[in-house]
Amino acid sequence: MKPAPFEYFAPLELPEALDLLERYGEEAKILAGGQSLMPLINLRLARPRVIVDINRLRNLDAISIATDGGLTIGALARQRTLERSTFIQEQNPMLAAAMPLIGHFQIRNRGTIGGSLVHADPAAELPAVSVLLGGEFVLRSKSSARLVAAADFFLGYLATACRPGELLTEVRFPRWRPDDAWAVVEIARRKGDFALVGVALRAALDDGGISQNVRIVMFGVGGKPQRMEQGEALLNGRRIDEALLRELSRVVAEELDPDSDVHASAAYRKEVGGVLVRRALQSALAKAKEPVSQ
Amino acid sequence: MSAKQLIKVTANGRTYERLVEVRMTLADFIRQELDLTGTHLGCEHGVCGACTILMNGEAVRSCLMLAVQAGGAELRTVESLAQGDELHPLQRAFQNRHALQCGFCTPGFLMTASAFLKDNPMPTREEVRDAISGNICRCTGYQPIIDAILEASSELQRKTKEPPV
Amino acid sequence: MEPISKTAQGYVGMPIKRREDVRFITGAATYVDDIKIPNMLHAAILRSPRAHARIRSMDTSKALQLPGVIKVFTFQDLGDLAVPVPIRMYQLAGLERHLQPLLAHDKVRYVGEPLALAIAESRYLAEDALDAIEVEYEDLPAVVDVYEALKDEVLVNDEARTNLAAVHEFTIGDVERAFREAPYTRREEFRVHRFTGNPMETRGFVAAFDRGKGELTVWGVTKLPHLNRQTIAAFLRLPERKLHFIENDVGGGFGIRGELYPEDFLIPFAAVKLRQPVKWIEDRREHLMAANHSRENRCKLEVAAREDGTILGFRAIVYGDMGAYVRTHGGLVPCSTAALLTGPYRIPNYHAKIHLVVTNKTGLGTFRAPGRYESCFYRERMLDLMAKDLGIDPVELRFKNLIRPEEIPYEVGVTRPGSGPTVLDSGDYPSALKRGLAEFGYEKLQPLQGRLQNGRYHGTGIACFVKNTGGLEPYEGARIVIGDRNDVAVYLSISVLGQGHETGMAQICADALGVPMDWITVYHGDTDTSPFGWGTFASRGTVMCGSAVHLAGQKLKQKLLGVAAEQLGDEASTLELRDGKIYRTSTEAPAVDLNEIATQVRHSGILNQGFPELEETAYFHSSQMTYSYGVHLAHVAVDAETGLMEVLKYLVVEDVGRCVNPLLVHGQTVGSAVQGIGGTMLEELIYDDNGQLLTGSLMDYLLPTSTDVPDIGSVILEEAPSPLNPLGVKGAGEGGIVGTGAALANALSHALSDFGVQVKALPLTPDRIRAWIAGRSG
Repeated sequence: MKPAPFEYFAPLELPEALDLLERYGEEAKILAGGQSLMPLINLRLARPRVIVDINRLRNLDAISIATDGGLTIGALARQRTLERSTFIQEQNPMLAAAMPLIGHFQIRNRGTIGGSLVHADPAAELPAVSVLLGGEFVLRSKSSARLVAAADFFLGYLATACRPGELLTEVRFPRWRPDDAWAVVEIARRKGDFALVGVALRAALDDGGISQNVRIVMFGVGGKPQRMEQGEALLNGRRIDEALLRELSRVVAEELDPDSDVHASAAYRKEVGGVLVRRALQSALAKAKEPVSQ
Repeated sequence: MSAKQLIKVTANGRTYERLVEVRMTLADFIRQELDLTGTHLGCEHGVCGACTILMNGEAVRSCLMLAVQAGGAELRTVESLAQGDELHPLQRAFQNRHALQCGFCTPGFLMTASAFLKDNPMPTREEVRDAISGNICRCTGYQPIIDAILEASSELQRKTKEPPV
Repeated sequence: MEPISKTAQGYVGMPIKRREDVRFITGAATYVDDIKIPNMLHAAILRSPRAHARIRSMDTSKALQLPGVIKVFTFQDLGDLAVPVPIRMYQLAGLERHLQPLLAHDKVRYVGEPLALAIAESRYLAEDALDAIEVEYEDLPAVVDVYEALKDEVLVNDEARTNLAAVHEFTIGDVERAFREAPYTRREEFRVHRFTGNPMETRGFVAAFDRGKGELTVWGVTKLPHLNRQTIAAFLRLPERKLHFIENDVGGGFGIRGELYPEDFLIPFAAVKLRQPVKWIEDRREHLMAANHSRENRCKLEVAAREDGTILGFRAIVYGDMGAYVRTHGGLVPCSTAALLTGPYRIPNYHAKIHLVVTNKTGLGTFRAPGRYESCFYRERMLDLMAKDLGIDPVELRFKNLIRPEEIPYEVGVTRPGSGPTVLDSGDYPSALKRGLAEFGYEKLQPLQGRLQNGRYHGTGIACFVKNTGGLEPYEGARIVIGDRNDVAVYLSISVLGQGHETGMAQICADALGVPMDWITVYHGDTDTSPFGWGTFASRGTVMCGSAVHLAGQKLKQKLLGVAAEQLGDEASTLELRDGKIYRTSTEAPAVDLNEIATQVRHSGILNQGFPELEETAYFHSSQMTYSYGVHLAHVAVDAETGLMEVLKYLVVEDVGRCVNPLLVHGQTVGSAVQGIGGTMLEELIYDDNGQLLTGSLMDYLLPTSTDVPDIGSVILEEAPSPLNPLGVKGAGEGGIVGTGAALANALSHALSDFGVQVKALPLTPDRIRAWIAGRSG
């Protein structure tokens, strides 16, 4: 399993990279961490004519806080770096919690946040988490720069709003709301595998225990991360009790329309999706009641 | 045929300059150009971990990298663990615990373990089990590998001087 | 247990650390892909992307135009050398119509079938050549299910006129009567899925032809180097002695590697034709579609019994999914399923009918405990179902029917085609079961049986087994040579795939000969140094070759004592050889070092009387098999809402007759149990209706990792040495896998008894478990 021939560039500066991407357009594939792309290239399932290796671009992995308290992460930031960063754990615990779910540590040593997002595997964690958090992506080309909301970015199986010639350079997350109950959990055949079904959720609870601003995004359930709007509508403005949780399972299972593959049937994903959301919410509520620990 | 590039890498403390096809994987480069055949190919798609090496101190799957990406980097393969005739504590422990049978996956486990123990020098059994879950073995059932890594971690803690890895 | 290096007593039975380890842990081992020869070319194989199609045309011209591409071989290039891949065992009538050609020419019959061999200056270029070969296919419908195939609406091999390749049937006792008179009968259909061994090293060869001498050397061979050499020599029309088959270090086999496949012929052929060394290394994607698949069969099983649980008879109809071609094992896998179906139980009346059916899939071959894993699952599930029906405790039911030690040797009857009766050589089956129950804490776990605890349902399951080992082919040999200065060389006729024979055989030799183990180096796998042998399979290595080593050691010892007697002027019967020194009986101090004798014989004109060698060769012959036996016990917890099952505890108890090296035997048991758990819960080779292999990479074919299995408990018993060989050993490589499907399925069925789930098919995946709970089909 050896790669088919290609032309290779490893630009050192961003303008050079964007230049190459414009010149080669659809013939070019961007190589970041390589953990998703290289298997395809080795298997000859992907045969790009040109590879633009962005690993040598400087300052594309910076982490910073914006003036509005939002978190900005360079696309080339390695998953392992984010996983081990106490700064990220403080600034965005959900993002930090999603990292160990991705593959194995050897993969995270090379894998990048940008790479995972642009690859857009529907069973991956980061796309769903970024939709849940209301993330925004900076896409640059030679002649333009635009901001695309995560919710608009993922179009379908391995398909995103990223156009030929564009490079994802930065991911922005709104300021984290520390009082929210949250959870990110998944069911997988083996530890580190892609999810059979997964969920990222959060909810704000007012003093009366009534939930507001509920957001539920599931992954592994279709071509892209899926907002469970009916599930959210069920919970908003209500106090969460056992009966409501059971109802939530049912509503989510109904709303889901997943695919079958060799690892799980559509029926499995539907039923277990409903179960998983209920358990995720229970776990989120339990965590929210605990005193903050390090 | 792919274009070629001249790259300079340091592997196991020695510097090499080679002209390589840009599409050559780092694993093939190590095995064929550098003649370091201790690193093995088990799947070539990043699942089995047999090709694990250290690049700039981090454990990576060399089958998922191109040789040209390693230009200027410091690589360490299984051949770097022993110091002359003196085995590394991990190697000794693998032998003590019968942590290998056919030996094909072993270099990958040794490199994964050496990176892991740098990060987590006093792991619990469950942490070791977790850390090696990205490496596949078909012979041993993993148990003796976990035993060996724990034994090595004790020994490494005891030693005042750590061999450079 | 702490592995030790030396002992004053004997070496056999001691957990001695493996000496061969050093080269593996330092990256200095030589696997076939590590071999580099000047001018070596690289091969890649064009494999069919279609499951069933006529080949309308094949155009290799563009491939040949690529720089660095030397040659593309197709079927036509084989000319009159073309032979099919032969069957070497279980050659049931009819199977010969389904042999695999070395390269496809008129039709392709499974995804992965070889069509052409491209040779280039690098593997990269060889794969580029494959991309440039143009093939025109005319698709045909594919058949992927045995029942569909049996309709004969879509024929895999037109000339055969049917997809029922062969049938084998046998009867023991009076089955009609047993079923007529039995107050209790039950009939079930069971299914085991398709999966396989996946050693970490894929297959590969380097073949080099010396045109000066007209001799071919092939590296990468294993398992059956002698037999394979015979076949390849005949194919190339070269005398056998001009072929040198050399085994290097091998990355596991598990039954898959070492059988003859098309590549075993094609690569040597290419080397001879091109007169340059040729290397071919299989990649994992190829391996999943080209190396033998295994296990897939169905069994309609019927049991007849008395109300008190005494089994009166079995009736089994087995369907083996052979794939598109019948490979070297012939009908072995499905026939073995029937052969040991009765296991360690007294079942005096037994009828089995085995259907071997071809489909458009990769061919079937042996994988660790072939047919035994399957039959153990069928039988042990049936026992649990029976126990429930009759209101008998499943353990009591087993004790009731286990063959008692007084009845052993126990003749089961003729259960294999063209073979003598199956005779269980030695054993105390109830003792092993008792020991297993005690070690596992089985009784203490019973209150949890089927109960919900912390959100999960718990269950424990057991499975008793026997496993035939050794024998199969009639002999193995060993040659021991005394050299100078503390040097003893042992040449084995068998292959080594990672089991530690370099240590185990040295232990046997040291004890038999009377020298320190440190003096001994073990060689294997070279047809030049060991010209006669059969191979390493059916866990026969220690039984057959270990016995040969023992016999050779004893013979050589007698020879050495004879020489020493001459030198010392004593009677040979008053001398002993211990620890490399010759002693006069009942004297403390050694009379002379073995080295002195060896040196004088080898280098002096006086003492050797014209024969300088101090060596002996011995062959151990046995046409009978030994039977290891024991029990598997599993404790699982199942999340009924997600179908996720966790194995909390797993124990294998196995009696191996005599244990040469506990470290090695435990290693085999634990390793095979993990393979079995993975195979039962994670692994499956899945085809779609068009015959496309959906699990074409390790991302979809899931191998067990460290977090998928608990620590495995392993108890080795030596209660019943085998009377069939001088060491009393039985093979130990497969017992750990035999009962995994059965024990886990039994445990799961107990765990989910509230839901009325009774497992009848493998694998045990979350999706299927959920479907069973929800009462869904499929």
